[in-house]
Amino acid sequence: MNQPLIRLRGVSKHFGAHQVLRDVDLEVTRNRILTLIGPSGCGKTTLVRIALGLLDADSGSLTRSPGLRVGYMPQKLVVDPTLPLAVGRFLRLAERDPGKCRVALAETGIPALWDRPVSALSGGETQRMLLARALLRRPDLLVLDEPVQGVDVVGQEALYKLIGDLRQRLGCGVLLVSHDLHLVMAATDEVICLNQHVCCHGTPLQVSRDPAFVALFGRRTAPYEHDHDHSHP
Amino acid sequence: MILEVLSWALLGGLGLALVAGPLGSLMVWQRLAYFGDTLAHGALLGVAAGLWLELGSGTAVMLTSLALAGLLLLLQRSRALPADTLLGILSHAALALGLVALALTPGARVNMEALLFGDLLTMTPGEVAAIWALATAGLATLRWRWNALVAITVQEDLARVEGVSVATLKTVQRLLLAAVVAIGIKAVGALLITALLIIPAAAARRLARTPEQMAAIASGLAMTAILIGLATSWWLDTPVGPSIVVGATLLFALSLAVRAR
Repeated sequence: MNQPLIRLRGVSKHFGAHQVLRDVDLEVTRNRILTLIGPSGCGKTTLVRIALGLLDADSGSLTRSPGLRVGYMPQKLVVDPTLPLAVGRFLRLAERDPGKCRVALAETGIPALWDRPVSALSGGETQRMLLARALLRRPDLLVLDEPVQGVDVVGQEALYKLIGDLRQRLGCGVLLVSHDLHLVMAATDEVICLNQHVCCHGTPLQVSRDPAFVALFGRRTAPYEHDHDHSHP
Repeated sequence: MILEVLSWALLGGLGLALVAGPLGSLMVWQRLAYFGDTLAHGALLGVAAGLWLELGSGTAVMLTSLALAGLLLLLQRSRALPADTLLGILSHAALALGLVALALTPGARVNMEALLFGDLLTMTPGEVAAIWALATAGLATLRWRWNALVAITVQEDLARVEGVSVATLKTVQRLLLAAVVAIGIKAVGALLITALLIIPAAAARRLARTPEQMAAIASGLAMTAILIGLATSWWLDTPVGPSIVVGATLLFALSLAVRAR
């Protein structure tokens, strides 16, 4: 029986008078990659913060499987230039044993960068370092917020492949946030298209053909691109 | 006699400098310089309150500083105003209110210069003991929670997901800062205490490769600044507080010559 690692039911959230999320359901299970996709401002990051317990929902419920270990990769890492911080020390913020930190760094493919200052890393190296820190938690659930941000196209593909491999090896569930479905098509099992509420939900192929998705993003395969205003009955 | 005055001053200054290293480094990383200034300006209000309530001035300043830190934490949580605007208002309001309250206090004889610029040379053994008690407790607390403090400085959400209780830790750090500012006012004064926290830490940046090195080097540089300040004051008869800050600034200028690591 594949019990959900994390389950959100009927989650709504307002910031002031502005409704960011309306009645959202979401479930992540072991060995599956679920991608949250939607235009910027659609509530992806808010939903992830609620799932992580960083933010309280106005209504709805959040259930985590008992003893759940979460590895989180935030969207941004801005280290103040006044803080001298090398990659190894960054990892040791989460795990005191340097041996384990080196193993995690090797797992994400950048074992040589142990002594490199965090401020001197490229976009892709930063993302791999963040992923290594998430792995140190030996996570049941990996939550990755825009994991390929600031990474060139070749690097993006490699990073998605790495995430897929890690899922296989660790048997963890993955909740991924992205703004571009076509990039994550191959790397995901299931997609939720979000725009304040769940517009559509299914396999990447199903979602890419769903009228609600096409209305939001346009059809990439069509001979011309066109955008509709977002509307629902 | 002179030597005794000098050794109490030295001992008090060194205790303050020791805890200023790691605490000042955290301030620099978290951009809390203005926060420190606000607390220091609040000291004036504390002195006035002490006279009104007939409390000892040290106790009153300490209580005011802690209360102000708590108020700032609450106001910042509400996010009604940008943090620097809020601090700008409270900092100057506290300073002005303190000056007005002192003027209205009947029979108040306050040595304003000592309050604003410090008077390390009138340090009593009791005050020196209080500084070392606070410095020891402060260093022990910082050492105990150091990893978590650096973690929330680097990425707060990540630290929270990993189980760090961010709100508690921030409160403890700010209250410790408030206590050190309150007690440090005696040494370098309300206008210069932030300098003793910030400048040695900024100077240590170029000499350090890790957060821990930066904190330790900052302590060392702050202690050196105390020595420079006392020596200058001794031989050139300059005011102690400003002399210490000039010493720290000199060390900072020298650090600029070191190539960044």
